[in-house]
Amino acid sequence: MNERVLEISNLRIDYPTRAGIVRAVDDVSLTVYSGEVLGLVGESGCGKSTLGMAILRLLRPPGKIVGGKIIFDGQNLLELSEEEMRRLRGARISTVFQDPMTCLNPLQRISDHFLETIRTHGSQDKHEARRLAAQLIDRLGIRAERLDDYPHQFSGGMRQRVMIGLALALNADLIIADEPTTSLDVIVEAQFLDLLRDLQQQFKLTIILITHNIGVVAELADRVAVMYAGKLVELAEALPLFDTPLHPYTRGLLSSVPNISLTEDRLQIMSGSPPDLINPPPGCRFHPRCPRAMERCRVEEPLFKEVELGHWTACWLYEK
Amino acid sequence: MPESENLVEVRGLKKWFPVQKSFIERLVTRQRQFVHAVDGIDIDIRRGEVFGLAGESGSGKTTTGRLILRLEEPTDGNIVFDGVNLASLSKEEMRRMRKRMQVIFQDPLASMNPRMKTGDAIGHSLVIFDEARGEEKRRRVLEMMERVGLTPAHVLYNKYPHQLSGGQRQRAVIARALILHPDLIVADEPIAMADVSVRALLLDLMLQLKQDFNLTYLFITHDLATAKYICDRIAIMYLGRIVEMGRLTDVYRHALHPYTQALLAAVPVPDPRFRRTAAMPRGEIPNPINPPTGCRFHPRCPAAQEECTKVEPELREVQKDHFVACHHDTM
Ligand SMILES: Nc1ncnc2c1ncn2[C@@H]1O[C@H](COP(=O)(O)OP(=O)(O)OP(=O)(O)O)[C@@H](O)[C@H]1O
Ligand SMILES: Nc1ncnc2c1ncn2[C@@H]1O[C@H](COP(=O)(O)OP(=O)(O)OP(=O)(O)O)[C@@H](O)[C@H]1O
Ligand SMILES: [Mg+2]
Ligand SMILES: [Mg+2]
Repeated sequence: MNERVLEISNLRIDYPTRAGIVRAVDDVSLTVYSGEVLGLVGESGCGKSTLGMAILRLLRPPGKIVGGKIIFDGQNLLELSEEEMRRLRGARISTVFQDPMTCLNPLQRISDHFLETIRTHGSQDKHEARRLAAQLIDRLGIRAERLDDYPHQFSGGMRQRVMIGLALALNADLIIADEPTTSLDVIVEAQFLDLLRDLQQQFKLTIILITHNIGVVAELADRVAVMYAGKLVELAEALPLFDTPLHPYTRGLLSSVPNISLTEDRLQIMSGSPPDLINPPPGCRFHPRCPRAMERCRVEEPLFKEVELGHWTACWLYEK
Repeated sequence: MPESENLVEVRGLKKWFPVQKSFIERLVTRQRQFVHAVDGIDIDIRRGEVFGLAGESGSGKTTTGRLILRLEEPTDGNIVFDGVNLASLSKEEMRRMRKRMQVIFQDPLASMNPRMKTGDAIGHSLVIFDEARGEEKRRRVLEMMERVGLTPAHVLYNKYPHQLSGGQRQRAVIARALILHPDLIVADEPIAMADVSVRALLLDLMLQLKQDFNLTYLFITHDLATAKYICDRIAIMYLGRIVEMGRLTDVYRHALHPYTQALLAAVPVPDPRFRRTAAMPRGEIPNPINPPTGCRFHPRCPAAQEECTKVEPELREVQKDHFVACHHDTM
């Protein structure tokens, strides 16, 4: 296997609120390898964005990392100073968010965004930087004459492409993409996914792709991690995960996703709804909704284990 | 007179919104500009069916729904509901007619009064339309709550919207829409905000209630995969026009319009073996203020020809119950 880019171990993140402590990420361990797309899926509120933001150490208050390690390039990010972390964010870890306007400067032309990035991190001369920027933009499918537009003159899909372009210009070691296509219409989403796949393969990008859209993950991810109520419940390469999901939650989730290309006209129904993270159920957090829950599941929390080679899950069904 | 097969008949419906301009802009450009949100559409919604209205953001789906409910005055065109031309009704007559058509919105929290208890919110229109009050209202609300699975009903009756889960809120909104036993439900992206695992449940519930209460749905969605599980017929909108319409199975299996074909091909498939092969149309939806001449899709259409840039294609029936607006000999 490839080199490890990121190693998260036993990460815990809390949001202390008036109503109680929200345990948004609870004892999550995860490794990201160079050149892979790791899909992180799960339903709204399960902790995906919290995990992504923690890697950047950009948790929204009152979010706090209360345990664990995040090793990137041999160092524990949780031990870096704010200044070191800031440099890392600008140079080696890039982000693509649902709303790209949060990252683009409204007063700067698109070309300036590229030039600034290229010149800060590549130290080219002005003409060389300009040539590179034009090349990149062209690769993104944006016409060169649009380079001098401001971000608000770009459509949502074009802004997302700019974000990926900037990550390329940066030559980032890791890209965290949080719901990058969620606000896009399907055709624009498909255009973006096609572009992202091409670029990922050409430049061997390492991407953590956070999304609630199982279809998007199926299109891009090499491996998939499934979260439920702050916990990682399953992790595997994409094919085994979709073909033979182990955790009952993953099974339920996959069979309740509408699939336009299949002929059956009914979806599987999962009972109940995701729990409250202030008082999660004891034992396995999924047990109140699990069709296969046993006595043990109600009291004892299952460990996250490698059940088959490269296929991990946290479920008592697989306890030998 | 025998009852028509159609509950709703829409003819030549248009809604143009004037573009808001600053005082100076108005001095400079004399001409008023309009957003062509809905620009001449004909739809029949049959009794007891789920009629889907799909298309990308800004194509005019919500506006069409609001026009049918008369929450919006049409710029032009007619809406006939159960044989009655809505334009001919007085305010009071329209008020009574409105009992027969209800709406479910995408965001249940935004559409519920935060200070009203769930039960009272569900029963509110009973009071407004003077149908029931006090114990009678409570009884009918509790019964409806049971029907939509908002249980234990007597406990949830006294909760406020923020105390309910997302799925429960959406059920409350459904119960509120059903309490007057309407004929038509306009459901505008009703499950878009729900958790993935709860969506299937809500779809199933909507289908069950349709049976129980003899409902007809106008189901508005941007998600063609979801539409597949609930719609009988579907219309695809693009920039205020309908480009294709027919039985869902016909439209999905033999899409005739290049835009429908692209929309269907673009939907991400939850299967890692699947690879999209169709090329996507260039660019994005143009501005609805000055829609393209001729066929509105022509600037992005891979098959556009001279004629498409000049003449707007009519929606014509090319097979039984399958309509398309395209100049190509699509058969
Ligand atoms: N600033 C905050 N204060 C308090 N609680 C928070 C805050 N941000 C997130 N949470 C809670 O933490 C949990 C995880 O939130 P997070 O945003 O990481 O979920 P997510 O998986 O990204 O969901 P989504 O798919 O909706 O984006 C949720 O229960 C959420 O309510
Ligand atoms: N009250 C209004 N005033 C001005 N323009 C409007 C108004 N309501 C809608 N529009 C415009 O009309 C067009 C159609 O809007 P509509 O909300 O009907 O689209 P939609 O298909 O429902 O889109 P979405 O999928 O985003 O909900 C859009 O360009 C929109 O900006
Ligand atoms: Mg999120
Ligand atoms: Mg809408």
